[in-house]
Amino acid sequence: MRVVRPFDPRLLRHVPALRRDVALLGLLGVGVALAVVVAAFGLSRFNLPLFACAFAVRAGLTSACGVVAARMAATVKEQLRRDLLEAVGRRGPGWLAGQRAGELATLTGRGLDALDGYFTGYLPQLVLSVTVPLAVLVTLTLNDLASAVIVLVTLPLIPIFGILIGWQTRAATERQWHRLSLLGGHFLDMVTGLPTLKAFGRARAQVEAVRKMADQHRSATMKTLRIAFLSALVLELVSTLSVALVAVPIGLRLLSGGLTLSTALLVLLLTPEAFIPLRNAGSRFHASMEGLTALDHAFGLLGTPVKRVAQVVEPPLHIEFRGVSVVYERTVALDDVDLTIADGDRVALVGPSGGGKSTLLSLLLGFVTPTRGEVLINGVSPSDVDFPLAWVPQKPHLFAATLAENIALSNPDASRASVEAAARAAALPHSLDIMLGERGHGMSSGERQRVALARAFLRDAPLLLLDEPTARLDMASEKAVVDATLRLASGRTALLVAHRPALLSVATRIVRVEHGRVVEMEPA
Amino acid sequence: MIWRLVGAGLLGALAEAAGVALMGTAVWLLITAAEQPPITALTIAIVSVRALAISRGGFRYLERLAGHDAVLRIVTEVRARIFAHLIDRPLARHADALSRMVSDVDGVQDLVVRVALPMFASGLVCVAAVVTAALIDPLAGLVLGLGLALGGVVLPVLGARLIRRGALELAPLRAAHAIAVLDVVHGAADLAAYGATQRFQAAASLHAARLSAVERRLAVRSFALDAAGGTLSALTAVGVYLAAPDRGVWTAVLTIGALATGELTLNLLGAARKYAEISGSLARVRELTTPVAPVETPSGRPVRLCGVAVAGRLHDIDLDLAPGRKIGVIGPSGAGKSTLLSVIAGTIMPDRGHVIRSGDGVATGLMADAHLFHNSIRENLKLARPDATDAELVAAGDVARIALGNRYPLETLVGEDGAELSGGERQRLGLTRALLADPEVLLLDEPTEGLDPAQADDVLRAVFDHLGDRTVVLVTHRLTGLDSLGLDEIIVMDQGRIVERGPEGWMRAHLG
Repeated sequence: MRVVRPFDPRLLRHVPALRRDVALLGLLGVGVALAVVVAAFGLSRFNLPLFACAFAVRAGLTSACGVVAARMAATVKEQLRRDLLEAVGRRGPGWLAGQRAGELATLTGRGLDALDGYFTGYLPQLVLSVTVPLAVLVTLTLNDLASAVIVLVTLPLIPIFGILIGWQTRAATERQWHRLSLLGGHFLDMVTGLPTLKAFGRARAQVEAVRKMADQHRSATMKTLRIAFLSALVLELVSTLSVALVAVPIGLRLLSGGLTLSTALLVLLLTPEAFIPLRNAGSRFHASMEGLTALDHAFGLLGTPVKRVAQVVEPPLHIEFRGVSVVYERTVALDDVDLTIADGDRVALVGPSGGGKSTLLSLLLGFVTPTRGEVLINGVSPSDVDFPLAWVPQKPHLFAATLAENIALSNPDASRASVEAAARAAALPHSLDIMLGERGHGMSSGERQRVALARAFLRDAPLLLLDEPTARLDMASEKAVVDATLRLASGRTALLVAHRPALLSVATRIVRVEHGRVVEMEPA
Repeated sequence: MIWRLVGAGLLGALAEAAGVALMGTAVWLLITAAEQPPITALTIAIVSVRALAISRGGFRYLERLAGHDAVLRIVTEVRARIFAHLIDRPLARHADALSRMVSDVDGVQDLVVRVALPMFASGLVCVAAVVTAALIDPLAGLVLGLGLALGGVVLPVLGARLIRRGALELAPLRAAHAIAVLDVVHGAADLAAYGATQRFQAAASLHAARLSAVERRLAVRSFALDAAGGTLSALTAVGVYLAAPDRGVWTAVLTIGALATGELTLNLLGAARKYAEISGSLARVRELTTPVAPVETPSGRPVRLCGVAVAGRLHDIDLDLAPGRKIGVIGPSGAGKSTLLSVIAGTIMPDRGHVIRSGDGVATGLMADAHLFHNSIRENLKLARPDATDAELVAAGDVARIALGNRYPLETLVGEDGAELSGGERQRLGLTRALLADPEVLLLDEPTEGLDPAQADDVLRAVFDHLGDRTVVLVTHRLTGLDSLGLDEIIVMDQGRIVERGPEGWMRAHLG
């Protein structure tokens, strides 16, 4: 079981701006501790003005702790958000593939907001649980040594019990975790699948299933909560008993006249104060776990920066695959592939889906690195090459911007006229000024493909990579796109993945990719 | 249910009351003890201090358990009711809208546990404390009442308003940041290919910086209220002392009691803030749990569409669905093909024209929004035919060219929306399910998407061989392979209209 530290030292390393705030928080914590002692002192002597002032100062300083903590949260989130996105750029799209993209987007957005709870709820209590008990102990030592000793002995019980119960809770939650997440996700699954349930006339029958699963979720949750809430109860009982251990002898000595009322009051008012921040920190630790987990996750993703030296490559191009194999987790995408592409070659890649065609393109883009063998563009590995290429992927990403801005991605300095020309060449019917929604919401898959084509036109690059550029197009547009692709490809080096025969006329060579191997075919 | 909640609220009030009484009793005990009375005069107080201290923790524990149990029962009921109501509503398809709805429902939990219960418990104890104080000294009671009203009503109202304003300010910034992050992460490949990564990163970081700046500003304001609350309870305690200065022991008891009660107003402030945070969610949940008139599901199998129109999506569609007819529908994406299938299935009502139905059969199949449930292959398939045997499932899978039982054991879990399967596998499972449903009119929306051309032709041919004289409407964007299926009619759609139609073979001749 991994031990979660209450304060991750990596925070100070990654966010140096935090150091000043940590120091400030410490100072405020000392201030609060002094105010606590002064307030108790005033009250024990029935000096109400002194008490009221100290109490108000304490309230003010505690709030100031909260403000500093909240600002720390904002600073950390800002910095981590920037760093995480930089890590995306540094590690490249190959690293992002699949599940990780969604995870990262969530973490960078709402995920890091969980840090608010850690910083404003837990961290100030952590500071106070050091300064306040110390101040209380010092005051008690000066006024009544016997009570100070009892407090000193019983104080460590709080963190010890807190940790012991925390382990129990974690074990119980982990046992239940899979079940909880399955039951918790059930409702969303059912709601998402509602159209399907309706289509097969099974929707009404599932209402009871939804109720039953939600109820099972309730009883599973209650099982873990019973243990989790126990922690607060035990901590409270331990501190109550500790206070009693101090109070009973005090009462007896007061009765026998061995102690003045003001000293007795001071001790009795201060003793619980020593336990409160420790108890709060203990009971809030679980609530802040989510934030700490997000933090740990973020640091894991940041990794260590890798220096990349980009080399400039000039045409004529010479591309070589030498004994390249690419093995993904479960499948072999490419198996010992040798392929040479000369300048001006337009190579059509054909073969069944999943055969490895897209992997060939990803290798040239530097998104995927070969498991064995090497890929060289003019003798340089693609991930070290900095030269313009144009790429039409299967599922192009469109941005929440205007259509013109989406096209200009490939060449931000392009003039309006050249963007218009690119859009026309890609047979895009829309006005360039329409605003696209999130992830290009509102564009059909065929239109997306054409935006990607327009980008390629605007790029005017010596190397073209096209992944099924006509896949989702209707008949009329297919012809327009094939014509445009022909014009685009002439005089350039190109690799195009093609399912449809119409595109093969563009190619000078046809290569069949199947089961991770390549076979050169006669041009049609 | 209501009694469980009231029970939890009373337990909470008992816990808070025990806390306040503990402080009062302890002070009484100390001051009385200082006068050195016989020990018997103190026994009751000594015992009650211990009892109160222990029972405070006990009550708190029981309250939290009872409260959470009650609220989870409520959530169970809310989920079931919302699900039942959703059946009668047109559905939001957007995945984000759906998951937001699910977290809205979870907002109900916060309403009970973090708003209603603390307000009830703390409010009740505040009132009880004012009454008790007034019985000891009316003026002190008045002062306490005023102080608590300020700290427990005025401050919470201000706090809630601050949260609401902050949310108004933060929401657009959060959304803008989320979109910028989404573009950098999901668009990583496109950005990298065109060397635009850094430009987009800088834009996203700018959004993050703006967001943090507002958060910092709001933090200062919000914590100023906390400070005001703390100061206010100190002032109230002083006021109570000044109101009843010469009541000996009771002056001290009242003063310390007022301080302990003042702490409760911070609970009220917290509850008010939480309420402001979740009020949007709650409004949406309320809207979802209001019953609507159920959409009439048409009965009978469709035989003919006459002049059917759906605003903005379909215009003037005539279609003959006589028993045994097989129809292919082609056209660019957005042409209205999927909408046409929904009209035939009866899930979308035409605005004009009508669908003539007869008999008692239904039209369904593999629709565009087909969903695979996070369950086994078997359970997903049995949805279409609950009494199907494993052998029947495997047989249907054979037609859709997916080797169930061998390569894909029926126990295989498909993951969230079939995430453990490839696109082609998902499509073939959906097709298998449609075949098992075996409706009078089978609707197939792009059944071979995600399959390579050779596989696609093979699957379609096998399915049509299997179907015999069933009525079929097949939507596809692939032209090749359509000619050998034995279709009675092929229609071409564009912008919601049927632009051309003809028998099988016509297409090839037409396109030449």
